[in-house]
Amino acid sequence: MNYADLFRATLPETALEIAALVVIVIDLTVLRKAALRARAAVAALLGVAGCVAGLWMLQLQGTAGFSYGGALVLSGGGSAAVAEAAILVLTGLTLLLLVDSTFTRHVGEYVAVVLMAAAGGLLISAAQDLIVIFIGLELLSLGLYILTAFAKTSGKSAEAAIKYYLFGGMSAAFLLFGFSYLYGLTGSTNLHDIMQATLWTNIAQSAMPLLYVAVVMITAGLGFKVAAAPFHLWAPDTYEGAPAPGAAFVASVSKVASFALLIAISTAALHIFDNTAAAAQTAAHGCAAAAPQYLGFGSPWFTILAIFAVVSMVLGNLAALVQSSVRRLIAYSAIAHAGYILIGLAYFSYAPRSTEALLYYVVTYGLTTVGAFAVVDVVEAATGSDRMDAFLGLHKRNPMLAAVLLVLFLSLAGIPPLVGFWAKFNLFAAVLEVSAGVVPFTLVAIAIAMSAVSLYYYLQVLKRAYVMPSIEESPLRIRPATLIVLVAVALAVLLLGCFPALLGGWINGFFPAI
Amino acid sequence: MLAWTIYLSFAGALAEALLPKGKAALARWLALAVAVAGLVLAVIAFATGFGRGLNVIVDVPWVPSMGVQYMLAADGISRVLVLLTGLAAVAGVLFSWNIDHRTNEFFAFFLALIGGVFGVFLSFDFFLLFVFYEIAIVPKYFLIAIWGSTRREYGAMKLAIYSFVGSAMVLIGLLAAYTMSGSHSTGLIQLAHAHYPVSFQMWCFPLVFIGFAILAGMWPFHTWAPTGHVAAPTAASMMLAGVVMKLGAYGCLRVAMYLFPKGLDPWGFSFLGIGSWRDVFAILALIAIVYGALVALVQSDFKFVIGYSSVSHMGFVLLGLMTLNQIGMTGAVMQMFSHGILAGLLFAIVGRIVYERTHTRQLADLEGMHLSKTLPFGAWAFVIAGMAAMGLPGFSGFVSELQVVVGAWQTDPWWTIAVGVGIVIAIAYTWRAMQRAFFSDKSPSMHELAGEHGHKLAPITWPEVTGFTLLAGASLVVGLYPKILLGAIEPAIRTMIAGGIR
Repeated sequence: MNYADLFRATLPETALEIAALVVIVIDLTVLRKAALRARAAVAALLGVAGCVAGLWMLQLQGTAGFSYGGALVLSGGGSAAVAEAAILVLTGLTLLLLVDSTFTRHVGEYVAVVLMAAAGGLLISAAQDLIVIFIGLELLSLGLYILTAFAKTSGKSAEAAIKYYLFGGMSAAFLLFGFSYLYGLTGSTNLHDIMQATLWTNIAQSAMPLLYVAVVMITAGLGFKVAAAPFHLWAPDTYEGAPAPGAAFVASVSKVASFALLIAISTAALHIFDNTAAAAQTAAHGCAAAAPQYLGFGSPWFTILAIFAVVSMVLGNLAALVQSSVRRLIAYSAIAHAGYILIGLAYFSYAPRSTEALLYYVVTYGLTTVGAFAVVDVVEAATGSDRMDAFLGLHKRNPMLAAVLLVLFLSLAGIPPLVGFWAKFNLFAAVLEVSAGVVPFTLVAIAIAMSAVSLYYYLQVLKRAYVMPSIEESPLRIRPATLIVLVAVALAVLLLGCFPALLGGWINGFFPAI
Repeated sequence: MLAWTIYLSFAGALAEALLPKGKAALARWLALAVAVAGLVLAVIAFATGFGRGLNVIVDVPWVPSMGVQYMLAADGISRVLVLLTGLAAVAGVLFSWNIDHRTNEFFAFFLALIGGVFGVFLSFDFFLLFVFYEIAIVPKYFLIAIWGSTRREYGAMKLAIYSFVGSAMVLIGLLAAYTMSGSHSTGLIQLAHAHYPVSFQMWCFPLVFIGFAILAGMWPFHTWAPTGHVAAPTAASMMLAGVVMKLGAYGCLRVAMYLFPKGLDPWGFSFLGIGSWRDVFAILALIAIVYGALVALVQSDFKFVIGYSSVSHMGFVLLGLMTLNQIGMTGAVMQMFSHGILAGLLFAIVGRIVYERTHTRQLADLEGMHLSKTLPFGAWAFVIAGMAAMGLPGFSGFVSELQVVVGAWQTDPWWTIAVGVGIVIAIAYTWRAMQRAFFSDKSPSMHELAGEHGHKLAPITWPEVTGFTLLAGASLVVGLYPKILLGAIEPAIRTMIAGGIR
């Protein structure tokens, strides 16, 4: 084992962990007597500095990854690098939201927990080994439970956290159970070895039921992480109860990391074709497309993801229609968006086309959600509520905030020229390029029909902000740090929508040209 | 140069949004300046492009990885409709001169809508066209919901949902056309040469056609139109009827019929005499013509009369497209222009000239007001506009309806009978509305008399006269010398028919 390689492959994680320690030390020693706002500002800025350092380290570490005993443990470059960069940027943005928040006095600990959870996110984005995956997931999840509960004076926060923790613990158990079966069947914890060993030519027919049990358990555990229906029950409560910066972190960073993990597993499931021998075997026994059930791990995996996709799209959009709390509305819309993304995973391509479209969607979605929670945070701080009626007359109270809300929500609804539209179009085109059969086409048609439904509930919020008369018309102030986040996110959503090739080209640069 | 119509409108919208509050006069003049500049550009482009074919304005790669081009171009049809948009935009600003509530925001949304409409008419890339098409939806919602009248939030939401469902269908068609073509491009011209299998065109054509036709007010998906028009403020209903419904019809022609011409072929079997999608849509258009006219005949709200007459007139457009012959399709485009001008004019008279003064649109209430005496300009304006709309020779409506009727006769004489019925009912409902609103001699009730002595009707202002002159003049010019438009439309239609539409 080469420890120098391991160190190089985990440079960004190390940067975050060091930043976390520095934040705690400085907050508890030098700044003990300082005012809360100053402490929050220093802690958040140190955290942001940690993220910037992480980005720099990401640049330094190269694309080699880390292998042990000939098996890849941490991948480098490609989808892992894109997801890691996105996680670091989004973490920085959510940290900036802390500066203006008043929900806690323990700002140092908050920032440290955020950074450690982000390190967990980085780990699972690159992980190629069951053990690393599990450790990374737990590191991320434990951080998220704490963040949800961080508003100590709020009953809702505590309730949300205990629900999240119980569901999370259960889903981790499912995941571990599935992993243990996989290990038992194949004798390996490496994703690529597992996929190779579960190929139909290599696995005993009598063991297939066990493989299916394992895949069902794993999809259940990971479906929980991305809030796919029917494992979504925690999401509305968590989004509603968590303090706004924490909720933004749950909604963006955790989403990006979890989807990066799903992409990694799907890629591994298809990379069995890497091995020419396996490909030849498949070819000799009939083509893979004609008999997908012989693909071992991949076949049940992609089927279950497709089922999750449909259920999430329909349930998320329909449930969002009747919400009166904007945070719950964002939560149900997140479930719906997870559904759209899962279509892209269910019809996944060997070429990086699918991966690029998925990353594009996930990254821009995370960005938009951070902005949405920033808006909710400002409104909540002024009115004490996240009900839809708290947004009444927003365009008079603060025209800029209303304009940002307009841009973000229309982007989520998929209205051009905002980035949400391009992300959807690109993703659905990628799905149809993989397979233009009846089933994928129907899934895409459902997704587009459902996004027509989604316009209704986004407009319900915008209607209150712009159309309906309000009683309260006093101006609403935005503090500078939040303002930076709002303006940056809104501009990014607008610019990336008008010039989609910018981000697309950047993502494409991480993949070797074919 | 035509591309500047788009950029100017969006820049104007941005400038309006950034204007400080309370500068209503500045907001108005700025909007007028932007709209006039757009009209001037449209006129110059129309004049210089006369007799020329397709003129590519911009063609640069937008998203190279997916073959999306930022391609703006104009042929005769585009130039005519851009001209219409320019006229309607100027008239819309003039007839909204009295908007005092959040003036700068009103014009910001208005100009953003105009920019989107210009964009649709000039796009020669399916993806780009769709982007502009959707950009035009959102401002409509806010224009109606904020500045509208009767049941405005309901009308606005209904319109937004209908539009978005329609565009969702178009988006599915766009994705299908893109992935099936295999040409790695979304350019309309490239897609038109993709040689789609007939079975694919048979389901993709109706999908995209209906998606666009929802916005063109095709029966039975027209119900958003009357409620939306009635709820909308004057300028927005002028734009809705005048231009936005044309977006739908234009999409039907430019996208659905151009990309999937084989979708119009016979199915190979016939059911109740209906043997192709062409028959289906032609019958729906005929129903719209007659049904819209009949419903307009019994309305008690003046604006609903005009709203349903729009449904009827848009039926002519769709019928003209379904004739698939030179004269009928030329007539359809002429009717787009003509109805755009005249519906705008009628909505301006009802919404601005009459309603803003009488504060009622109920024909029963207007009967007692003797508007022909108290508001002679309104009465004359409606007489002229009504005559033009019912197809009096000398106005644009006559030329276009005649062409559609001739085209229908060449295709199927039975269609002409239904059209004739529709035209006769159109005379009846226009006459009825005119008589009851302006020329009734019913003596006013005591209650109304008491109110009448209290205040006189406000005098006619210069923007109203200017706007009326502009629109009525345009209709008259086209009616007297139709060649001015036909010379642009006919070659473009001929090219399209030669390109595969049969």
